[in-house]
Amino acid sequence: MVPEALHVAIVLSPFILLPAAGWLGARGSRHARFLSLVPAVLTAYFGFTYWLVSTTGAFTVTLPWATNLGLSLSFHFDGLALMFATLITAIGALIVEYAARYLDGHRDAGKFHISLFAFIGAMLGVVLADNVVTLFVFWELTGFTSYLLIGFEHEKPQARQAALQALLVTAAGGLALLAAGILLSNAGGTSSLSMLRGNDLNLTNDPAYAGIAILVLFAAFTKSAQFPFHFWLPNAMQAPTPVSAYLHSATMVKAGVYLIARMTPLLGGTALWSGSIAAVGALTMLGASYRAVLETDLKRILAYSTIGALGVMMLLLGLGTPQAVTAALTYLLAHACYKGALFLVAGAVEHETGTRDVRSLAGLSRAMPKTALAAMLAAASMGGIVLFFGFIAKEQLYESVGAASPFGIHAGVLTAAAVASSMLLGSAGFIAGVSPFIGQSTPGRVIQEPPASLWVGPLILGAAGLVTGLAPAIIDAPLGLAVASIIQDAPPVSLAIWHGWSGTLALSVLTSFVSIGLFVFREPVRRMLRPRALRTERVYTGALAGLDAISRTVAPALQSASLRSYALIVVMTGVAFVAAALLTNRVLPTLSRWTPIELHEAVVAGLIVAAALSAAVARSNMTAALSLGAVGYGVALMYALFGAPDLAMTQFAVETLTVVIFVLVFYQLRGFGDLSSRIVKVRDALVAIAAGSVITVLALFIGASGTTSRLSSYFAEMAPTRAHGRNIVNVILVDFRGFDTLGETTVLVTVAIGVRALLLIGRERRP
Amino acid sequence: MTSSILQTATRFLMPLLLLFAVFLLLRGHNEPGGGFVGGLVVAAAFVLYAIAYGVSASRRALLVEPSMLLGVGLLVAVGSGVPALLSGLPFMTAAWGTVGVGPLAFDVGTPLVFDLGVFLAVIGVVLTIVFTLGDVARAED
Repeated sequence: MVPEALHVAIVLSPFILLPAAGWLGARGSRHARFLSLVPAVLTAYFGFTYWLVSTTGAFTVTLPWATNLGLSLSFHFDGLALMFATLITAIGALIVEYAARYLDGHRDAGKFHISLFAFIGAMLGVVLADNVVTLFVFWELTGFTSYLLIGFEHEKPQARQAALQALLVTAAGGLALLAAGILLSNAGGTSSLSMLRGNDLNLTNDPAYAGIAILVLFAAFTKSAQFPFHFWLPNAMQAPTPVSAYLHSATMVKAGVYLIARMTPLLGGTALWSGSIAAVGALTMLGASYRAVLETDLKRILAYSTIGALGVMMLLLGLGTPQAVTAALTYLLAHACYKGALFLVAGAVEHETGTRDVRSLAGLSRAMPKTALAAMLAAASMGGIVLFFGFIAKEQLYESVGAASPFGIHAGVLTAAAVASSMLLGSAGFIAGVSPFIGQSTPGRVIQEPPASLWVGPLILGAAGLVTGLAPAIIDAPLGLAVASIIQDAPPVSLAIWHGWSGTLALSVLTSFVSIGLFVFREPVRRMLRPRALRTERVYTGALAGLDAISRTVAPALQSASLRSYALIVVMTGVAFVAAALLTNRVLPTLSRWTPIELHEAVVAGLIVAAALSAAVARSNMTAALSLGAVGYGVALMYALFGAPDLAMTQFAVETLTVVIFVLVFYQLRGFGDLSSRIVKVRDALVAIAAGSVITVLALFIGASGTTSRLSSYFAEMAPTRAHGRNIVNVILVDFRGFDTLGETTVLVTVAIGVRALLLIGRERRP
Repeated sequence: MTSSILQTATRFLMPLLLLFAVFLLLRGHNEPGGGFVGGLVVAAAFVLYAIAYGVSASRRALLVEPSMLLGVGLLVAVGSGVPALLSGLPFMTAAWGTVGVGPLAFDVGTPLVFDLGVFLAVIGVVLTIVFTLGDVARAED
């Protein structure tokens, strides 16, 4: 058997290979294309694990992580996870090959490949994660890497904006997922999803159920761009085309669908769950497919039709019958193939013609026959033409909605909605995949077939739609395994082209004709129907503007960029907390244990007070610095007198160096100014007196309580025996509390770097 | 401003200060001293040298960039915790051994290495700040 750690390492290999991705990616397409071997090999690996799962059943691999918290890095291999993982790596291989050529010579190509590989790894993590925390971490990693990928052209402000929007919307969903995961593991007693499923819990009766369900739904709807969170996806089309094809159609946006499918065995079966998924899915399906036909930018057409397709999958998962779940996964596979292909074709077309506007693209099939073939295969599948896989997916959709009548809604209503949106989506597919290639080409432009890397990928994806359409039985087994991990005792899946003469077939034929009709009359349709969108994006921009306004009022009060006010806040907070603690515990210094005060002690104390007063009323920088130095020396003398030679030595050295640094800093200061008003001075004096009084009380309290002697004797006993040292102070510093010292040393080093950076800003660095 | 008295005194004081610092570092575990104060004394010695002969001369006398000491010091301090990690114990668990024989035998352990790291880092911190300030001050003259 394969050791567990090896499984984990293979799944995480895209992360392990990040340096290679950066190195090869930056060296041009001839080197970068070798990177596509990584997802290709991973596809083979998932084929192998599919064989393991189908022969011996689902299995989990675990690497202990934070065992104290009951957390481990664990991956669960079952039919659903493997279907997604194979999709991610198989399409990933085509995308990496495509991207190597698409970004050939781009100065940031190395960075791009690093982000892309990190994304592949994160996505595999999401679909394989067994632990709710692992799931959350990878979920947010996909959002973060997609932020980098959408904002790849970071010099364009729209790209940065779109990237930030996608990040904020999906990261909000990710936080909801974390909350849901915590609630879920509290309710179920384990953070492992497979164990939660195996425990046969009745979570739907749990008091936290509604909260968990709503949080999971929020996460899934934001990630899969469901209404009303759909707006980020069309904006994300600022990304380079391979990214749009991969993240925004084939993989990442399907993570929401995956999450719903994954959680249905745990949370499904209630009106809240099924009802909201079906309703949101249906609304999204209708609204987005309507918008798709009206857009004129190739990538925006595809973006809206992707949102619509995600809506279809959500609707089907919401219906939740074995038939509907099978239909959802069939639709997902079909969509990944044809939409990935169409996006890649859009990229190739833009690469060669420089435009994505469908109104100015025509007749390209002569110049780019291979690209055209790929596009038309994909469009035929998307349009649900007979013999293509899209046809089977659409048949399944119609049968599922026709058979289900959830919550008393007549099956006819849902069927009508599904048919209408299929018509619109099909026609959008023709607009994106057929219209650029037919008709009269614009004269005068010399257009060539793009290099092979740019048409092989879409052609493979397009052909996959035809092969699986002609012989759908080849995916029966994997599909059945995936359905079985969502619904127990699901009947075996058997896809077929021919279902006999039925109402569904009639609807399919009708859909195809109307799609083609809408496509032929796309110009008048577009003129007639203006896009009238529900602008939920305004809520997002409004919320952002509101947050900015709050920051603008709050930040200046807290972040005044003035050292004096920071010191004031720090001192006041510290004094308030210590005083509160002392007062609530009613500790008053008991002055029963006075030790006699010697004359020299009184003299030193008097010197300290005099020096402090001198510092407070000083009229020049030098007087102030020297007075403070005198205070420090006085304190050091006190240490020496009261038996703390270590502290005394350190204090002397620190004070000396502080005075030197002060003198050097004076070069930077513009003279001595009297900057504070009388009121400010009084306030500062009051704060200073309060701080001094509280510390005095605290010191007396500590002296009076018995804690110190207990600690002293403990350390005095332990230091020589356990730590091989007689100097307790130093033993505490380097051994007992060595980790603290390490932290403090790190802080010091950071400070030194910060001081150096601040001083050298804007100056030429001296050798 | 150069003062030959200060310069001469510095020439005599420097070796004494440096020796004293090493003495502090090594005896820290049993008598007053330790890496932190030892590092401060070394830093003070080079600050004194900078006052007497100038920042550039002091930089040359230090032989390495102070910013280098920052990194090396922190690395040594962190590294002192690693042996424990490799033998399956919690990070920074002390390991001790005895070096030498008879009256010259003394205990050596990873806390001493840790203290050495602190020593180097403290020198680096103070001198990075002071030298940079000195450079900036000179540039403004």
